[in-house]
Amino acid sequence: MTTKGNGTSGKAKDPVLVVVQLSGGNDFMNTLIPYTAGMYYDNRPLVGIPEDKSLPINDTLAFHPSAAPLKSMFEAGKVAIVQGIGYPNASRSHFRSMDIWHTCEPEIIATEGWLAKVIRHFDPKSENPLTGVSFGRGLPRAMAAPGVVATSVDDLDNYGLMTSIEAGQRRAEDLAIFKRMYTPAIGSGLVMDYFGDTGQSVLSGSDLIKVAPQKYTSTIEYAGNPIAKSLRDVARVHTADLGTRVFYTQHGGYDHHAQEVPSHARLLAELTGAISDFWQDLREHDAADNVSMLVFTEFGRRIKDNGSGTDHGSAGGAFIIGDNIDGGLYAEYPSLAQADWERGEDLAHTFDFRGVYGTLLEQHLGLDPEPIVGGVFEQLHPYKETATA
Amino acid sequence: MADERLATMAHLLRRAGFGASRDELDDYAARPYEEVVDDLVNPERFEPLDEDVLERFYPHIFSNKDNPAVWNGRWFWRMVNTKRPLEEKMTLFWHHVFATGWTKSEHTPSMVDHIEMFRQHGLANFRTLLLAISKDPAMNFWLDNSENHGDAPNENYGRELLELFSMGIGTYDEPDVKDAARAFTGWTFEQPLPLYPFGHYGAKFEFRPEDHDNTEKTFLGETGNLGGEDIIDIIVRQEANARFICRHIYNFFVADEPQIPAWSVTPPQDQEAIDILVKAYTDSDADIRTVMKVLFLSDFFKKARAKRVKCPAEFIAGTLKLTGEFREIEPGLAALDAASIVMGQKLMDPPTVEGWHTGKEWIDGGTLTERINFATARVGNPDTPGTRAIIDKLSGSGDPVTPAELVDGVLDLAGPVEVADETRAALMQLAELDGDLTFGSSTDRIKSDDRIARMLSLVVASREYQFA
Repeated sequence: MTTKGNGTSGKAKDPVLVVVQLSGGNDFMNTLIPYTAGMYYDNRPLVGIPEDKSLPINDTLAFHPSAAPLKSMFEAGKVAIVQGIGYPNASRSHFRSMDIWHTCEPEIIATEGWLAKVIRHFDPKSENPLTGVSFGRGLPRAMAAPGVVATSVDDLDNYGLMTSIEAGQRRAEDLAIFKRMYTPAIGSGLVMDYFGDTGQSVLSGSDLIKVAPQKYTSTIEYAGNPIAKSLRDVARVHTADLGTRVFYTQHGGYDHHAQEVPSHARLLAELTGAISDFWQDLREHDAADNVSMLVFTEFGRRIKDNGSGTDHGSAGGAFIIGDNIDGGLYAEYPSLAQADWERGEDLAHTFDFRGVYGTLLEQHLGLDPEPIVGGVFEQLHPYKETATA
Repeated sequence: MADERLATMAHLLRRAGFGASRDELDDYAARPYEEVVDDLVNPERFEPLDEDVLERFYPHIFSNKDNPAVWNGRWFWRMVNTKRPLEEKMTLFWHHVFATGWTKSEHTPSMVDHIEMFRQHGLANFRTLLLAISKDPAMNFWLDNSENHGDAPNENYGRELLELFSMGIGTYDEPDVKDAARAFTGWTFEQPLPLYPFGHYGAKFEFRPEDHDNTEKTFLGETGNLGGEDIIDIIVRQEANARFICRHIYNFFVADEPQIPAWSVTPPQDQEAIDILVKAYTDSDADIRTVMKVLFLSDFFKKARAKRVKCPAEFIAGTLKLTGEFREIEPGLAALDAASIVMGQKLMDPPTVEGWHTGKEWIDGGTLTERINFATARVGNPDTPGTRAIIDKLSGSGDPVTPAELVDGVLDLAGPVEVADETRAALMQLAELDGDLTFGSSTDRIKSDDRIARMLSLVVASREYQFA
């Protein structure tokens, strides 16, 4: 990696990854619906989407009616649907499964997130705290690793230290003392060092990131829901050319054990509307062509509904979205034949999520995936041949 | 360096409560440590808070009882003003363990009752608590037990009961989850009266025998027509239950452990301490009060000063103890909830059933910023009551105060806060900018007051202040 920043000065722009995590276990079977399969309606008398309401993309599969914006993007060739994503011996615990997705370690509890390793690669000396930026509360495990600095921003419009003191000599002196207090010292321990690193990165990051809201203008009017706000923040920082290579956002509430029908519809409408607005926004800023978006969840849900919602399942689905994507269906939709169900009740995965990470790492970010995902996994080929890798 | 006795008492009060003002600390420290512990674990000896005063002075807020921010503000007021600090602390602890969120139900009265239940049973036998939580309507709805039917079981509560509330992953198998879930079929709640026009009513537990699965179940090796109470009895007999709950207690009251999903594969940092707590738990038949007393009297506890990162609620309440705010009626209670949210902890609304990730995971660039900005803005004003008290103590004699006396005096009176040499050196750099503090003229005095407040604001911005 020799290029710096993602400026538009004639040089190829550095590739950027935007991750959207759907927390709680998105019901993939109700997101991309096998709308002509009798078993779907047999097993989902309550949460099944009526055939005449679903949005077909071919003879067997249809989008949920609330995912119309995503369907439009799919038809425009911008969306690679990864059908049947998962990993062996799926954990039905939200937390354990999310841990596995974040660290690529299904057997042990790992301390390094996969995106933290990416950030470390792009910024080995932690020179730019904005190399990885997460919007929302707390840094996801995927972006956390000892010695890796990433920035977590809740409110992009007021980010900085001791903002109650007016800018001036006194505040500058106080921040200098603060900087000295947060200098990592030998022997103070990992947690204190982490605090030190975090304090230092806030100091430098807040100076850098405050230009983003000032520079940004757009004709796109995002909705007011949390995922729309987060993706707008991604757009504001990305278009400010601050050298960010990894963005992370989360959309919560997908744990639909109950009341799935109204709630899932609302979430999918929020999500797909926000994604569509986000890509329009990037195109308006001529800032779309170096970006790939991954939308994932920790697991899919049980085939059979429970009379109100669905319990935790195994295989889910993911989306890779971008202007350099050769849109279409990738991997195989999990077998609907009962004999193939995992544990006799779940869709079985057909593609390992580490192969999807590998696809993004190698074909988009230009990195060797093996040390990041902990092995060699089959990849997809969703990028157009002309795309710059 | 801080007086050891004072430092240990301050530590006890940070852990068993939310800290203390300097005057409170001096009063406690004048008594034997064991006697203070005995009082803390027996909160009934002290008067409960009179909340009528809030109803009287905050009518506009308390006419809006459906808003959780109001109740969280009230909870912060309790943390600061209670004469029963451990009662509030146990309430917060169990809220961390049995993490139940408002977001799903949006039913404030049931969440208020849920928190009050912890206040009532926080030091009780664990069996009592587990039964109460299993009957708690807010929990019941949160984990879909109201959708757990005899002919259509819903595993959510059964699974989390074992994984997160009592045993820990790896101590049971999938069939145990399924049969535990079946044992809780029919445990639901009556629909509460609507807030308008009837007023503030929580939902009530209801058992529906016709919706209960009466067939045979096998749970952790015991077979029979087991019901929910049987499941709880079996759980509390397991060594895994004692170890899991004692580790939770250790994690919250002694020193930060890794996040809960790691517990099945990462042994406790202090196995000996866990063994001591497990013995107290087992010998007392799961009496939480006994365990807490053993804990606070133990050497491993006394040695664990600053081994935990304060959670946002502790950070806010502890800072208010320092600033002396909200001891009288004053506006701004609901704003404390907003402050807590941006630090990553919305009380009554944890992000998932796993609860908040604690320890260093409280801290990232955003939340550290919020903490520092909250604390520095408050203590940095010389007219904040707690800041004024520190100024008065430091300037009492009217004699000049040297830069070293300024640094050490503020560190002592703010906690004591024990800091690394490097931190003290940084504070000395600030203190030495303007030489000795003098109090001769009113101009000198105003300037010196401001310097003390400024020093205090940098002390609360330090790394060390983030630890309990």
